[in-house]
Amino acid sequence: MPDFLLNALLAGIAVALVAGPLGAFAVWRRMAYFGDTLAHSALLGITFGLLLGINLNLAVAIGCLLLALILVAMQNNRFLATDTLLGILSHSTLALGLVCVSLFSNTRIDLLAYLFGDILSVNKLDIITIWLISAAVIGALIWLWRPLLAITVHEELAQVEGIPVNKVRTALMLLMALVIAIAMKVVGVLLITALLIIPAAGSRRLTHTPETMAIVASLLGASAVTIGLYASYLWDSPAGPSIVLAAAALFTLTLTKKQVL
Amino acid sequence: MTQPLIRAKGVGVIRNGRQLLKNADLTLDQGKIVTLIGPNGAGKTTLVRSVLGLIKTDEGTIERASELRIGYMPQKLHLDASLPLNVERFLLLGGKPRADLAEIQQLTGIQKLRKTPMQLLSGGETQRVLLARALLRDPQLLVLDEPVQGVDVSGQSALYALINEIRKERNCGVLLVSHDLHLVMATTDTVVCLNQHVCCQGHPDKVTNDPAYLALFGDALLENQGQAARIKSQVALYHHHHDHQHDAHGNVIKGGVGCSDSCEHDHHA
Repeated sequence: MPDFLLNALLAGIAVALVAGPLGAFAVWRRMAYFGDTLAHSALLGITFGLLLGINLNLAVAIGCLLLALILVAMQNNRFLATDTLLGILSHSTLALGLVCVSLFSNTRIDLLAYLFGDILSVNKLDIITIWLISAAVIGALIWLWRPLLAITVHEELAQVEGIPVNKVRTALMLLMALVIAIAMKVVGVLLITALLIIPAAGSRRLTHTPETMAIVASLLGASAVTIGLYASYLWDSPAGPSIVLAAAALFTLTLTKKQVL
Repeated sequence: MTQPLIRAKGVGVIRNGRQLLKNADLTLDQGKIVTLIGPNGAGKTTLVRSVLGLIKTDEGTIERASELRIGYMPQKLHLDASLPLNVERFLLLGGKPRADLAEIQQLTGIQKLRKTPMQLLSGGETQRVLLARALLRDPQLLVLDEPVQGVDVSGQSALYALINEIRKERNCGVLLVSHDLHLVMATTDTVVCLNQHVCCQGHPDKVTNDPAYLALFGDALLENQGQAARIKSQVALYHHHHDHQHDAHGNVIKGGVGCSDSCEHDHHA
């Protein structure tokens, strides 16, 4: 196996493993649009990273974290429905990102790499960063598992039972921001939500508890990465979209199984 | 008399310039059931949420006994179909149980539902599971927001009987919310009638054979006399003793004892 393919596989699987449980929460809490919004803002992070001359991964992570905090604050005193709010932020940040990228095009940004991912070009440092962040987020999810599940089921009940609902909810959004920053390298800004949502949705029909659903989602995601990369190598198709297509194919396969609750 | 579990005085809640609740007093004691009644939009849920500490109050004070353990049974539970969660897992989401799990399941009659997915429960089953989760905290105070919602008539009486039994056995305080002005348990110690402010409160009259009550249940009673007797012993008609009168426009024309403010509201006379 060529080195670049092995590197891509290592990076992709790390992202898929953490995307499983996080994607499960995105599905249970109907946060797909939220993920989209964060992902779209990543492009803006890239631009600022280039302008300020800081590490791009770091710039994206910081940009996503900031947007996540803004969203939390705006949701707390809402005057617009959440999906309207997300729609405004999601597309304005994407548009702003695109405008900024073209204005500073003398820095030779490969726009397509950011929009659709550039997993075949990950280097050793990228892989280490991705594994570290992935492991940290999985650790945090395990640590916060019961409170996260409790607020997903009923926020007020959880609050009466002594769970700091706002803190836990903010933590979940920040974790999602971190994962989006590392997933961008794999599938790109436009396809990140697919990597979160599709394996989790596919896992639903195969499992009976929240934990198994999260774990099976990770496994489905890792399989999608492997199949997608192999297909990309075989037919020279773009890697990121191939991974998403593989995930969608696996999801379709799960549809043949009868729905159990 | 021991210290009250919760004493709320002059509580007011204003949201977006609207007064949702005004000058509400409420005292909850150990071993006593307080029922909150009033029409839709009267601020019952607002008062409950204030008592629970879920929302900030704008006026008044709420004193809670130190380290008060509250068991809360919310009005609705909406679970996304994508979440695979059975009854047992749901019960344990509240943390390590302080009460015996098997005993609580037996008490609420949900032993057979342990492995059932939450989304497949009927209205009555959901309410009993929610009650079980509240009881697992071994609460000193039970707060039940419309506990009989979505439950059929016989199930309602059984649920009320269960709540009364729990109160007696565990000597916990109970705050019960009902939007029904007429149907109030005979076991209630105090009824608080709310319509933005506390209209009046007191002990409910024990009416066991009232035409209005019979009209309310009609056929169900005729079909099953035994059940009727059981319901009757648990349900009394609460007469709305008004301490003030309203003119044709709903304005108060005579103030009275127990009503501490201007009582301006549209009354369901």
